[in-house]
Amino acid sequence: MSTAAARFLDAAGSITRNLRHRGLIQTALRKYESARDRRKAAFHDWESARQAAAETKWEAINHLDEHLVSFADKLESRGTKVHWCGNGIEARDLIRTIIRDAGAKCVVKSKAMTAEEIHLNEALEKDGFEVVESDLGEFIVQLRKEPPYHIVFPAMHLTRDEISDLFEKELGSAPTREPEELTMIARRALRRKYVTADVGITGANFAIAETGMVSITENEGNARLTAALPRTMITLLGIEKVLPRMEDLALFLPMLATAGAGQAITGYNTLYSGPRQPGESDGPTEWHVVLLDNRRTELLADPEQRDALHCIRCGACLNVCPIFKNVGGHTYGTTYSGPVGSVITPHLRGLQDWKHLSGSSSLCGACTEACPVRIDLHHHLLQNRRNAASEKPSTLERLTWRLHAFLMNSPSLYHLAKECGRVFEPLRKATEGTVLDPVRSWTTTRTLPPVAPVSFKEWWRERR
Amino acid sequence: MNGRERILARIREALRVPAPRPGSHGHGHHDVPAPSPQAGRIPLRPVQQARAWLPPGGDTPEEQLGRFAAASADLKTDFHLLADEAAARAKLSGIASAEGWKQIATHRAALTDAVVPSLGIPSRNTDGGYDPEDLERCDAGITTCDVLVAQTGTLVVNSRTTGGRALSVLPPHHVVLARRDQLVGDLTDAFQRIRELHGEGWPSMISLVTGPSRTGDIERILVLGAHGPKKLTVLMW
Repeated sequence: MSTAAARFLDAAGSITRNLRHRGLIQTALRKYESARDRRKAAFHDWESARQAAAETKWEAINHLDEHLVSFADKLESRGTKVHWCGNGIEARDLIRTIIRDAGAKCVVKSKAMTAEEIHLNEALEKDGFEVVESDLGEFIVQLRKEPPYHIVFPAMHLTRDEISDLFEKELGSAPTREPEELTMIARRALRRKYVTADVGITGANFAIAETGMVSITENEGNARLTAALPRTMITLLGIEKVLPRMEDLALFLPMLATAGAGQAITGYNTLYSGPRQPGESDGPTEWHVVLLDNRRTELLADPEQRDALHCIRCGACLNVCPIFKNVGGHTYGTTYSGPVGSVITPHLRGLQDWKHLSGSSSLCGACTEACPVRIDLHHHLLQNRRNAASEKPSTLERLTWRLHAFLMNSPSLYHLAKECGRVFEPLRKATEGTVLDPVRSWTTTRTLPPVAPVSFKEWWRERR
Repeated sequence: MNGRERILARIREALRVPAPRPGSHGHGHHDVPAPSPQAGRIPLRPVQQARAWLPPGGDTPEEQLGRFAAASADLKTDFHLLADEAAARAKLSGIASAEGWKQIATHRAALTDAVVPSLGIPSRNTDGGYDPEDLERCDAGITTCDVLVAQTGTLVVNSRTTGGRALSVLPPHHVVLARRDQLVGDLTDAFQRIRELHGEGWPSMISLVTGPSRTGDIERILVLGAHGPKKLTVLMW
C-alpha cells in the first residue's frame, strides 16, 4: 500500500468517528444547500444553462491553443507580461525572481488554489518574504499553518471559538464569540498590509480569450485591494481557465455563484486587462500573468476525461459528496479534494499513488448531478479504477477472481465450497473482526451475512 | 523552444484525438437538445440566448427598477430612487451628517461634480493619483458607475472613468451616484453596455460590484465589510 493511500485510510478512519466534525460540516452544508436551491429555482432553466456552460467550456478546452494565444497576445499588447510555466518549479522560480526584482519584502495574496497546488507560500517564506493571505478563510488557515479545508470555504471546519482562540494567540486580540468582531480583527490586521505591500498575488477564475482579460471572483474585496495598491501584481492561473468571450460571463458568473455558494452572483467579479493604463489614477505599474500547465496537458491528452478540465472550481461536487461530508477536506491530502479532486489528482500527481481516491466514492453520481458544467465525474472515477488496474494489475486480485470463476464453473466444487462454508460458519462467526479474520478490514465496520443453514437449491427441492 | 511554444505544442499534440461532446455520456436530461454535429467545433450560442435560462431581469423599466430594489434589499445595499439632483444632494448630505463624515474621496464626473461639492466636506479627487494612506482614512468613496443590473443588483465600476481601482473598495462606505437610464435588465445587457462604453480601449479594470463587501468564512454566518466597504449606497435619479 502506498503512503498516500495509507494516510488517507488512517485519517478517514478516525475522522468519520468524529461526531463534532460531522456536526460542523453538516450545519455549514445545510445552510449552503438551502441557499443554492433557492438560487437554482430563480433560473428559468438550470439544466439548459448547464448544457450551455458545458458546451462553452468544451469549445474553450478543445481549442485551447487558439484561445490561449489570443488571450496572451491581447494581454501583451496592453503591457502585461505573460509567462508560460510547464510545472510548479518553473512557476515558483519565476515568481520568486519577479518578487526579488521588485525589491519586495511583503507580499499580499488573495485566494489562489493554483498557488496551493505549487506550494508557493512555503517557497516564498523560505526565501524570507512575508506572504499574507488576505481572504478571511485563508488568513485563518494560514495562521493555523494548515492547507485550506475546502476550495471555496477554507475554514469550514472551524468554530468561532477556535478562531477566537487562534486570533488571541497569534494576533493578541480579545476573545469574542461574534463572527462580526472576528472579521473586524482580521480586517484591521490586513488593512495595513494592503497599503504597505510591494507585491500582490492573485489567482483567477476565468481567462477571456477574445478580449485578453482575467476575471477574478470574490466576496470580500481582498482581491480588489490586492490588485489595486501594490505596485507589482502577479496573477497565477491554470491554462484551463479559458472562456471564449467576455459575454460568456453572463452565464458563468451566476452559475459559479449559485453552484459554489448559493449566491445569485458573487460580490465582486472583476475583469483585469492590463497594468495601470495611461490616464488611470492607480493600479500596478507591472502585471505578470503566469500560465501554469503542471500536467494539465496530460489530462487534456485523455479525451475520455478531458472534460475534467472544464472545472470552474465551484466546489459544488464537494458539497454534495457523501464521502467528502464524512471524511472532510484534509483527509484527501490533495490540493483539490472531493470528487473533482479524486478525478484529477491521479492525472496531476500519478495514477498509482492516488488511485485509492477513485475508490473513495459510493458512485452515487451526486457530484455529476451537481456539476454546473456537467463533468462526468463519477464515470471518471470508474475509468481511473479501470486504468489503474490495467496499468498495474494486482496478482492477488487476479488469482482470487480466477479461483472464483473456477469454483463457479464446477457444480461439484461449488457444492463442496458451500458445505465447507456451512461447517466453518460457527468458527467464522467467532473470529469475526479479530486478528484471525482474513477479511478483517471489511468486518471491523460491517457484518458479513451468515451462511444460510439451507441453500436455495435444497429448499426448492424440498418444496417441489 | 520557449515556454509558450512548448506548452502550445503539448496542447496541440493532446488535442489530436477529439473528445466526446458534452451530454453524450448518457446521464443527461433529454429535454436538452444535443449540439448540432459539426466537425471539431461546437458553434458558440448567441449571447442573447442566455436569457432563456438565467434568472429574469425584467422587461420594462419599472419591472427592472423593482428587481434592482428587491435585489438591493436582499444584498443589504442601501438603494434610494430619488426625484432629481436636488433630492440626491439632500439625501447624501443626510447620510454624511448621520455618519459624521470628516473627509471623503471622489473623482471628476458630471454626477459627482453636481452633488459632492454641495456637501461642504473636505474631499479629495483620486484622478491623476493619490496617496493610499490618505484614501484609507476617508470616511466614504463617492463614485459614478457604468451600468446597473436589475437581475442581480449589480453595478459596474472601472479604473478609468469611475475613480480608479481603489476608490470604490478602500473607504468603508461606497456611495454610487447613478442615472435611471443606466439601469439595464440582465448581465447580457450589461456586457453589451460595457462593450459600447469601453470596447475601443479597455480600462485596465472593470468590476461588477454586488452588495457591500461580505464574508461567510466563519461558520457560514454573513458578515459585511470583510475587507472592502461595510456599506454600499446607491443614489439614483
